[in-house]
Amino acid sequence: MSSLTSQSFINRLIQENYKFFTGIPCSLLSGLIYELEGQQDARYVPAVREDAAVGLCTGAYLAGAQPVLLMQNSGLGYSLNAFTSLNLIYHIPMLVIMSWRGKDGKDAPEHIIMGDIDKRLLETAGMEYSLLSETNCDEVIQKANKKILEEKLPYTLIVEKGLFDERH
Amino acid sequence: MKGTEAFQELLPLIKDDEPVVHANGFICRESFALKDREANFYMIGSMGLASSIGLGVAMCKPEKSVIIIDGDGNVLMSMGTLAMIAAEAPENLTHVVIDNEVYESTGSQRSLSGQVKLEEVAKSSGYKNAMRVEKKEEIKDAFLKMKESPGPNFLLIKVEPGFDPSTGRVTHTPEEITQRFMQAVG
Repeated sequence: MSSLTSQSFINRLIQENYKFFTGIPCSLLSGLIYELEGQQDARYVPAVREDAAVGLCTGAYLAGAQPVLLMQNSGLGYSLNAFTSLNLIYHIPMLVIMSWRGKDGKDAPEHIIMGDIDKRLLETAGMEYSLLSETNCDEVIQKANKKILEEKLPYTLIVEKGLFDERH
Repeated sequence: MKGTEAFQELLPLIKDDEPVVHANGFICRESFALKDREANFYMIGSMGLASSIGLGVAMCKPEKSVIIIDGDGNVLMSMGTLAMIAAEAPENLTHVVIDNEVYESTGSQRSLSGQVKLEEVAKSSGYKNAMRVEKKEEIKDAFLKMKESPGPNFLLIKVEPGFDPSTGRVTHTPEEITQRFMQAVG
């Protein structure tokens, strides 16, 4: 089995028909965004804020696309109202790829609290997620597809530091 | 002109197959009360996002003429989205703003659009066309002319506060709004 890379992961998502990407950068996601910017088969739209990116994904879904939102966990605060008052009640799905800053309390101060509570926030809002790893890509994409295509609800994949290459 | 009069002028100019994304509050209530359409997307919450939703629809349906009906409070909340629209520059997008200078559905607290000219912000951001109208007789010409020229276009309609508070809420459920909009847009 080949190991997970930014390129293999993006190609996999494109194969699954995820071709509309937007988001706000995080260093942990920088390899993915670099890969997207060079893609012919997908588009990456830089957003200004995470809630606007949720809105953009919403419009893309309404017009027939399968959208993906990339963001740092700090963006969960900005986007939570959009999820609760729009996507969860209108049944408008998207794949969320969220980086996990502040894991185990080892990070810059601004990341510590959100790094501790982000998964509980998702659970409280009733939003399902999986921690993406080197070895579970097929399994978590299957779970995400089920949520997104059948239940028409957002699904989050959490990305830890070191999973993907970083481009600085 | 009252907000209702602006809607009475504007809505008959919209063709049946044109997707319209409405901001929350009186914007969607007024439009729903005057003329409900399958291709109307009504937001009942998530203030500020009509513009980004409209951008997503316009980008993924380039063959359709897409309209956003927004409010001044919504535009002010998501001013950064004006930059996203200008940068992506969908030619098929017309962004209409009903500007009454207050947050009317919460009790008419003042907004900043009395001091800040939103059409100038849109123009500076890079919208292809941006203008304001203040008389209802001007709406038809301005809107139709804009729709003929490549966008993104921004039409600000200055109105007096005074929506009818008895105007009902949108009666479709959120899921129904999603389903019928997607069917209509295709």
